[in-house]
This record gives sequence, structure tokens and C-alpha cells, in this order.
Amino acid sequence: MAAADELTFHEFEEATNLLTETPDAATTSRSDQPTSQGHVAVAVGSGDSYGAEDEVEEESDKAALLQKQQQQPGFWTFNYYQSFFDVDTSQVLDRIKGSLLPRPGHNFVRHYLRNRPDLYGPFWICATLAFVLAVTGNLTLVLAQRRDPSIHYSPQFHKVTVAGISIYCYAWLVPLALWGFLRWRKGVRERLGPYTFLETVCVYGYSLFVFIPMVVLWLIPVPWLQWLFGALALGLSAAGLVFTLWPVVREDTRLVAAVLLSTVVLLHALLAMGCKLYFFQSLPPEHVTPPHQAASLPTNIPLSPTLPRSMAPS
Amino acid sequence: MAEAEESPGDPGTASPRPLMRDLKAVGKKFMHVLYPRKSNTLLRDWDLWGPLILCVTLALMLQRDPADSEKDGGPHFAEVFVIVWFGAVTITLNSKLLGGNISFFQSLCVLGYCILPLTVAMLICRLVLLAGPGPVNFMVRLFVVIVMFAWSIVASTAFLADSQPPNRRALAVYPVFLFYFVISWMILTFTPQ
Repeated sequence: MAAADELTFHEFEEATNLLTETPDAATTSRSDQPTSQGHVAVAVGSGDSYGAEDEVEEESDKAALLQKQQQQPGFWTFNYYQSFFDVDTSQVLDRIKGSLLPRPGHNFVRHYLRNRPDLYGPFWICATLAFVLAVTGNLTLVLAQRRDPSIHYSPQFHKVTVAGISIYCYAWLVPLALWGFLRWRKGVRERLGPYTFLETVCVYGYSLFVFIPMVVLWLIPVPWLQWLFGALALGLSAAGLVFTLWPVVREDTRLVAAVLLSTVVLLHALLAMGCKLYFFQSLPPEHVTPPHQAASLPTNIPLSPTLPRSMAPS
Repeated sequence: MAEAEESPGDPGTASPRPLMRDLKAVGKKFMHVLYPRKSNTLLRDWDLWGPLILCVTLALMLQRDPADSEKDGGPHFAEVFVIVWFGAVTITLNSKLLGGNISFFQSLCVLGYCILPLTVAMLICRLVLLAGPGPVNFMVRLFVVIVMFAWSIVASTAFLADSQPPNRRALAVYPVFLFYFVISWMILTFTPQ
């Protein structure tokens, strides 16, 4: 967060300096294009001087606010965490849309987060994904039982725990590792600052959103369609991650950049595959044992506890 | 308990009276949940007895058969408890972090009391399941659970939505939706052995 704040503060200084020299100029800041010194480009255009003054006043208000925000409360206070939930409904929906449609030029962090990452999105998207996984996984069992009554239906509540733990670990530990790695490389390279930890968590969290409709569509029991949806969703999600990481990583050597990006994509693919294989196993017809309760319901035929599962989770 | 008049241990007072008063307060709040109106009773005189009773009842009815194998089967008693209370605390924290002006225990109280329709749905489902399986059985249970789920959501948003600024209302209400959805799912997939 400190690196981003320093950048905006410098932008303001250079902008006012340049504006005083050329009052008819309009300032645009492009952080994606490498400029020699600062990150401000001045385009002398036909904008009103009144409009430029207005912008200067807005900038000064923003700078004053930024100064106040720089005295952040300590991490043990409630207000510290409240600053990570400072988003409106429209902003969250906007960020979700941005993650669903990644574009090569639009960096998710710079374009949508705009240095104001939030924790609401990642947390609740992970929660939703975990529950949707468990619920739809159970639903496929129900649908499979409709087709083949010999399959034993059970609520499989333990899958909720597994889903929750795995999704949350992925969405928080992988960004931690990535952030640590990028900071280490920044120490080596000393170029463009990497993203803060929260921004990385945000990128990962919002990129998991596309898996939610994918998981719901996996209810359709057509195998090639499931792989197609999986590939599509993985492509969108991984593309968003790659486009966001590219500006930070391209400063580095080719080898490191290639290895990092391919690791990110690979981990994402492993998550998608793991979800598919663990929650949506296509069940072979189980062998049937005679019911041991006289009052048992006719369609729920109890089975031996060890079921042949080819991809047993650890 | 945030009762208006706290009568401290007075040696002369007979002990059943505060209990009756508490039970009446809980019952009154049950009525407010079943017929949600914009009243302040749930918020002003919050208590956690009602949610505790409801949670224990629900967990007792939902818990798995001890004969079930470890891998399959429904939730344990403790799992239901954890989901309800941990879920309610998380939603309350979320609401407060988004800038809502409702207190911690008031929000817990509202969320806990609004489980009442789903507990009623669980009772009905258990009765319906005694009649034996079948598609009609399932459709009846599905209908009951959906209606009670909608009732829970309407009741809780009637109490909680006003405490949020309007541009964040959806953000605060969505986790409530997810919470009751998960509970409804557990009720719907309950299969006795």
C-alpha cells in the first residue's frame, strides 16, 4: 500500500507543476506504459482552463484525503479492518464483471481496484464457491440416483468441510506465496513495485468467481460438455490472472516470468481439476447388499462402507 | 439478557416469575418473526435464549445417525451448531465492517430468531418422511423448505436491512441469503436411516 500511495502523491506534485506552466493542459496518468521518469503524461489539448482548475481542486482534495488516510489505524483496531470493506454494491459488481471479461490492456488491479482492494469480494466469493461445490456435488449424486437406483444417496456433509478448507487455503496461501516471491524479486530487480498482499488476494478472489457458474453448469451430466465448460472457465480465470501479473513480471528475466506465469496457470488448473474429480465423480454402479433393517425404505439400499473411488482424496 | 427491568437477586422474590417473564419474551419474539412487521422489539430487547433453543432443536433433528459411516451421512450435532453460530457471527461482523449501525448481539439475536421458520420446516419434513419416500414426498418437502426459506429471508431483511446505508444493502443481505440457503439445504437433504 505504501508504494501505491507514494506514486499517487508524486503524480499530484508533477501534475500541479506542469499545470502551472501550461494552464490549458489536461493530465492523464498512464501507469502501464513505461515512461522515463514519472507516470504522468501531459497532453496539451483544447480543454477549458476552468475544467483544468476544477481538476486541480479535485486533486488537492484527494491529496488531503490521502494524507489523512496515510495515518492508518493499528491492525488491532476495528477501523483498520473496516477500511477493507469500504466498497459499495456497484463497485463489487463492477469488479466481478471485470474479472469475468479479462482484456489484454486492462490490468485488474489498476483498472478496477484502483488501489482500493477490498476483502468483501474474496471472502464471500470463496464462501459461495465452497458451498456451491458441496451442494452441486451432492445434487449430482441425487441425479445419478434417479438414473440408477442402486446408487446409495447420502448427504455427504464432510464435503462441505473439505470444500471450504481447500478453497480458502488456495485463495489465501497462493497469493501469499506469489506476493512473497514478487517482493523477493523486487529486491533483486528494483523496478516497478509489485502489488500489495491485499491486491493479490483480491485478484485471486475475484478470479475465482467464474468457477461458480462453471460448477453449477457441471450439473449437466454430459462429460464432454463438462470438460468444455471447465476449459472455458479456466481460460477466462487464468487469462485474468496472467494479464494482471504481466506488467509486474515482464520487467524480470524471461525465464522467471515464464516459470511464474506457468506456475500460476498450473495451480489454477489443478484447482479446477481437483474440484471436478473430487466433487463430481461419475459413480460406477455400486454392488448391492441386502437391507439389514426391516423398516428401511426400499430405494435406499445400504452398502458396504468402502466404495471404489478411483481418485481418493488425501 | 437485555431486559428493561433487571431485578437482581431479591431474597423475597419467587424464582419462577423471571423464568415466565423470559419465556414470554422469547415467545413474543417468535411471534414477531412469524409475522414480520417493522417493530423494534427484536432489536431493542435482544436475547440469545431463543436462538439457542432453536439451534439446539435444529441440530438435534438434523444430526446424523450414529450408525452412519464416517464418510457419508449428514452433519454431526456439533457441525450444525458451528455452522449456525459461526455463520451468524460472520454475517454480523460483515455487516458491522460494511458500516452498519446495528450492535453485535442485536444482529445475532435477529439472525438466530429468524431460523424459526426453518426449524418448523424441519419438523414438517420429519413428519412427512415418516410417510415413506417417493417423488410426491420430495416435492412436498421441497415446497415447504422453499416457502420457509423465503419466510426467513423476508423476516431477517425486514429487521436488518434498515441498519445499512442504501448503497451497501445488497452486500449486507447476500450473506444472510447464503446462510439460510445452506441451512435449507441441510434440511432438504436430511435422510433418516
